[in-house]
Amino acid sequence: MIVIESLTKRYESMTAVDDVSMVVERNSITVVVGTSGSGKSTLLRMINRLIEPTSGRVLIDGRDTESEAGHVLRRRIGYVIQGHGLFPHRTVAENIGTVPRLLGWEESRIRTRTAQLLGALQLDPGQYSEKYPHQLSGGQQQRVGVARALAAEPAVLLMDEPFGALDPIIREKAQDDLLDIQRKFGTTIVLVTHDIDEAFRLGDRVAVMSAGRLIQYDRPEVLVTRPADALVARMTGSAERAMRLLSLTTAGEAALPWSACEAAADGVVVPTSASLREVLSELLWRGSECATVLDADGTPCGRLTVASIMARGRPS
Amino acid sequence: MRRAATILRLAALGLLLAFLLVPQRFAPLFAPLTAGGAPAIYDQGNLWTLALSHLATVLAACVGSIVIAVALGILVTRPGGQEFLPLSRAVVNFGQTFPPVAVLALAVPLVGFGEKPTLIALFLYGLLPIFENTVVGLRTCPATVLEAASGMGMSARQKLVSVELPLAMPLILEGVRISLVINIGTATLGSTVAAKGLGEVIIAGLLSSNMAFVLQGGLATGLMAVLLYDGVAALERRLCRTARID
Repeated sequence: MIVIESLTKRYESMTAVDDVSMVVERNSITVVVGTSGSGKSTLLRMINRLIEPTSGRVLIDGRDTESEAGHVLRRRIGYVIQGHGLFPHRTVAENIGTVPRLLGWEESRIRTRTAQLLGALQLDPGQYSEKYPHQLSGGQQQRVGVARALAAEPAVLLMDEPFGALDPIIREKAQDDLLDIQRKFGTTIVLVTHDIDEAFRLGDRVAVMSAGRLIQYDRPEVLVTRPADALVARMTGSAERAMRLLSLTTAGEAALPWSACEAAADGVVVPTSASLREVLSELLWRGSECATVLDADGTPCGRLTVASIMARGRPS
Repeated sequence: MRRAATILRLAALGLLLAFLLVPQRFAPLFAPLTAGGAPAIYDQGNLWTLALSHLATVLAACVGSIVIAVALGILVTRPGGQEFLPLSRAVVNFGQTFPPVAVLALAVPLVGFGEKPTLIALFLYGLLPIFENTVVGLRTCPATVLEAASGMGMSARQKLVSVELPLAMPLILEGVRISLVINIGTATLGSTVAAKGLGEVIIAGLLSSNMAFVLQGGLATGLMAVLLYDGVAALERRLCRTARID
């Protein structure tokens, strides 16, 4: 758990972060979203003390981050930046082993961990370990950057626009991978982005920042249904707020008890992981009223009707 | 193309070694340049030992230049050292622009004749290229890479040693290469203050109007410079292959 208490960063002529307090729950993804200059990156960098706050403090699992040297603190916190920042003169395996080596792990343990991470990120260790960063594609470089940040099993992972340099298709894949990894390792993630869609896709909780202040910090559906001010409303997109709300719920969560849909022969089938937005879109496209929800084994476990989806698309 | 270049280099190295070790074999080539029965090959000293001490002087001065220039380059690119940049730049520029001959003339009264004044002159003369390249190399390390290094918990020292210097190394080596080549030539001046080196052959030739001496001293020095230049360039290429910035 990360507790941020009245954190402020003042430069001579401006206040970059102005008295921000928030609590980041353990094992969750918190997304800080805001325009450039809103202070979101500064806030993130004050958590691992790449930037020293002017006032206020940060507690990670109850421990004040000021209680140890900055570089020692940062070895316990994963950090991923836009454009990955891989060391060009080191191989993929050496890059990933950076923090474990700083912490003095044994070589055999580093090797095992490196292979495990590469596997988790769908990079074959045999094929990629000895490659240099410039020999990888943008998406692969980004994944190695994530693997490097996770190498020393940090409880907290900070990410600053981690997918900003990727093209849209690879970005979506990278976001899915991050969700998988978060589930697998149970890491507490704080991610900074200017992309509200990304925030809604990834965030268990979303913090909206503007001009150094924290405007609203809540679950994404609350941001849509009860925006704190006009800026949040504009950001979450008042024209498509119903669709955004639908995108936050999966078919599995909203499914009605299983009974065969009428017109089952050409019936629409969707996986439990599909969002209601995707299910609705599919139903519209196929001109159907009802979709069958399939679980991971492919057995029907529920159904969704247009009416049941519509009920989810307005504030309750 | 590559192979032809390698063969050419090996041939040049073979030629230089052969000339330095058994110079008398080359006497017929130089004989036409002599007059009045003067010797065709330098006979007042052993060419091989002269070449070795020439090289040793240059390398020793170069080591000094590297240590000081790289240290200064590191200092002025640290957050606390930036105000020393103009001063450091002035010092190394002075070292480069002040003529080595004048340095020799000034140094002799202080440290006497021999290798010492030559070492001082070469050391000063070699600082500038190494210093400037070190500064550029350290300054052009990609910002994202440096931020990642800090973000992962490297101390300032660890960052310098394991990220900044390796990334700047190709440029630093280029500076060393330029400095070395300039000084192989400049070191011939050292013979005017009795430093052992190939300059002795040239000066003897000038004093006795023996063009054969001048030519063989010049050619040996030139070949040495070209070979050193190539050697360090090959080292740079090897480093660049792995340290390519994308």
